Amino acid sequence: MRTINPEQITEAVELLLVEANYHICDDVYDAIKKAKENEESEIGKEVLEQIIENDWIATTENVPMCQDTGIVVVFLEVGNEVFLDGNVYDAINLGVHNAYNNAYLRKSVVKHPFDRVNTQDNTPAIIHTKITQGEQVKITVAAKGAGSENMSTVKMLTPAEGYDGVKKLVLDTVFDAKGKPCPPIIVGLGIGGDLEKAAIIAKESLMRDLDDESSDPIAAKLERELLEEINQLGVGPMGFGGTQTALAVKVNTFPCHIASLPVAINIQCHAARHKSKVI
Amino acid sequence: MDITTPLTDEVVKQLKAGEKVKISGIIYTARDAAHKRLVELIKKGKKLPFDVDGQIIYYVGPTPSKPGQVIGSSGPTTSYRMDPYTEPLLEKGLNGMIGKGPRNQEIKDALEKNNAVYFAAVGGAAALISKCVKRSEIIAYDDLGAEAIRKLEVKDFPAIVINDCYGNDLMEENIKKYNINGGRNTDG
Repeated sequence: MRTINPEQITEAVELLLVEANYHICDDVYDAIKKAKENEESEIGKEVLEQIIENDWIATTENVPMCQDTGIVVVFLEVGNEVFLDGNVYDAINLGVHNAYNNAYLRKSVVKHPFDRVNTQDNTPAIIHTKITQGEQVKITVAAKGAGSENMSTVKMLTPAEGYDGVKKLVLDTVFDAKGKPCPPIIVGLGIGGDLEKAAIIAKESLMRDLDDESSDPIAAKLERELLEEINQLGVGPMGFGGTQTALAVKVNTFPCHIASLPVAINIQCHAARHKSKVI
Repeated sequence: MDITTPLTDEVVKQLKAGEKVKISGIIYTARDAAHKRLVELIKKGKKLPFDVDGQIIYYVGPTPSKPGQVIGSSGPTTSYRMDPYTEPLLEKGLNGMIGKGPRNQEIKDALEKNNAVYFAAVGGAAALISKCVKRSEIIAYDDLGAEAIRKLEVKDFPAIVINDCYGNDLMEENIKKYNINGGRNTDG
């Protein structure tokens, strides 16, 4: 049994959030540069050029790449041989509080959906906990912007709608969103499970590296086909028209009820911000 | 094309969808919560905290500025959320808006009726855009934090005309041009 103190969790969360907001992930930066090479519209190319310049300024000057520094989503994986000394959720929220106050990140969370008074420290985080084996804790944080989150959806399809029904839903959702979620986007799909499982695995799929193809052959086929068809929609960078609407499609699946086909579409903007650390 | 605020009716008439512009001068920030308050004031017949006549509103909620910085990262937020509040401001003389993403048909009609224009900037390009801001001052609704109304002095703010005062829509036209997925409805 290994003891992990709340201070270790708090410190890790703060560092990860600052890192995520200032420094774009290498795989995303490379994908944006590749998209610029492949973009056919002139205005689309210019948009991608501005994004590349922006991400470079953010990383070299240590400032947030996007003003929407997000709501914090945490995936916490705790080994069964770890003793967490103290309240781990309080420790995470203190890390969020510290990051957003110390690193000049925008506080974008309100305490109630109707009275909308800001909590002033971007807490609470949305925390998903898993028990794993061993004596380590893995923390993954994502700073999720609302522009792309607002274009996400969950739909309960029927089994008869199947593979083609899923594709139609995704293409319609991306097309209807146009420039609102800041394309080129990353499309995270959670297919199967139930209502909330589909949504969680969709968000988890956005934590995968962009070149990580699903090990499930059907999911991998769906990832490839959807990426190609999304980029034929014409939406383009920022919805100005063009051929680079998505950088990647990620599909996570889970077993489901004989009567169900839940599909969650979680859209991620080009400012894809997530980082992990193992303690 | 370089344009300077306040935006005169003559300049608005020259701006066509697809025109790339660099905006200099004073612009005002306002997003969701500030718009709600502005429209409540208009409904009650009260004075607005700044005169919107001939002005541009930028939909942005910047990050807090670091010591020595004029403003924090400040890219555009999604404009459709402001659609329910925009027409009363256009009727008060507002001539331009900067945001990202498409507007609804009512707004496009209102732009034609009120001789105004909708610009888009690049969403997420917040560190880059902040370099164009030379001065920043909160002039109303300080309690709203990032959503407070700021008076910004900008130099060469990069934007593109999406909807002009003639009913043209750059995004709609360009998306049709690059849509090769036969049969998909591009009017959505």
